[in-house]
Amino acid sequence: MSDITARGYARPEVLVSTAWVADHLDDPGVRLIESNEDPLVYPSGHIQGAVEVDWTRDLNDQVRRDYLGREGFEALARRCGITRDTTVVFYGDKNNWWACYAYWVFQLFGHDAAKVMDGGRLKWEKEGRPLTREVPSYPATDYRAPERDDSVHRAFRDQVLAHLDTPGKLIDVRSPEEYSGQRLHMPDYPNEGALRGGHIPGAANVPWARAIDPEDGTFKDAAGLRAIYEDEKGLRPGDDVVAYCRIGERSSHTWFVLRHLLGYDKVRNYDGSWTEWGNLVGVPIEK
Amino acid sequence: MSGAAAGAWPAKLAELVDGLGVLDRGDRIQMLIDIADRFREVPESVARRPFSDDHKVPACESEAYLWAEKLADGTLKFHFAVENPQGISAKAMAVILDDTLSGEAPRSVAAVDGDVVYKIFGDELSMGKSMGLMGMVSMVQTSARKLLEAGR
Repeated sequence: MSDITARGYARPEVLVSTAWVADHLDDPGVRLIESNEDPLVYPSGHIQGAVEVDWTRDLNDQVRRDYLGREGFEALARRCGITRDTTVVFYGDKNNWWACYAYWVFQLFGHDAAKVMDGGRLKWEKEGRPLTREVPSYPATDYRAPERDDSVHRAFRDQVLAHLDTPGKLIDVRSPEEYSGQRLHMPDYPNEGALRGGHIPGAANVPWARAIDPEDGTFKDAAGLRAIYEDEKGLRPGDDVVAYCRIGERSSHTWFVLRHLLGYDKVRNYDGSWTEWGNLVGVPIEK
Repeated sequence: MSGAAAGAWPAKLAELVDGLGVLDRGDRIQMLIDIADRFREVPESVARRPFSDDHKVPACESEAYLWAEKLADGTLKFHFAVENPQGISAKAMAVILDDTLSGEAPRSVAAVDGDVVYKIFGDELSMGKSMGLMGMVSMVQTSARKLLEAGR
């Protein structure tokens, strides 16, 4: 993949390369955050100086289905040794799926100095760069966060219902089988996800990982992304877009792509996603 | 014994689950990483790339494959491949399933259920990750059931 600045992204500054990260390992103004799906990955080896942020333990409210509030986020940032000026660089497994999710949650608290390491762990490892099992410890900071602002980047079910009556666009980033309603769960296992299958009416299906070059986990260039989201699915940069998946993790990756790499200003992540919509009484579903 | 279902599980598996159950999160993770470090891929005498989709574990995003080799004593030897280099949990699961279920009576193997995943890894696994690991258990269980049915 070519240099990030040559790929035609709307906001190339939100991505950094593995080489950039390697050059900033000892930069006190930079904090690496690793977020993975697999809880064994970080402790089995991570980039020097990286702290782990786990989506279940660190980003979610432990009782309600919601994200951290201001105080919880402040505690997290302080534990990670982050100040409001620290440039936070997210990376992780699964083509940065969980890294983008953590990035998105940080945006709910307005931490603008945030970037994603292009290619994530896959590229770092493929380049033979070193990993360590040493868990760093940083002096706690006095990080002060604003109240969480859900209005810009997050969509709730009533807003999605209203979205259906406007010229708003919906992107379902799940697999084609989930989108069609063919699959809700694994054979022989209880359905833990939703009572109904299908998709929100009018949603276009673009599985999230299509935005990625599977060889090294890097994002496709802007032309490649436009070919998918615009030429194939008809989105336009001025559109009001809501992305969703099953619980809002995969769709945070697509949110990142549309908002930052293609420069869509009005794109929100519906984190209630199919585990909410597919269980709601009376909402429209298309198969 | 950890849970009612564990009563029917093969002794080695029940013992491992009990051992993990007394560890705190950090120690359990370290033990699972040590287990994953012992992962050895399916020998070429059993399977070579490209692996057949018939052996692919359903719902496992780490691209795990399973082969159940029938041994002379009527039990099964389980072999695995994990194509995702970051599939540490899948590798740990593969080692555990081989260590504790290979050579065990097929009836006992068929009695192992997906609940074992949470007993090994803890309750905080994401649904996607637990589904993949349960898929590995399910495929092992299915192999044992097929062997039992073939013997009837």
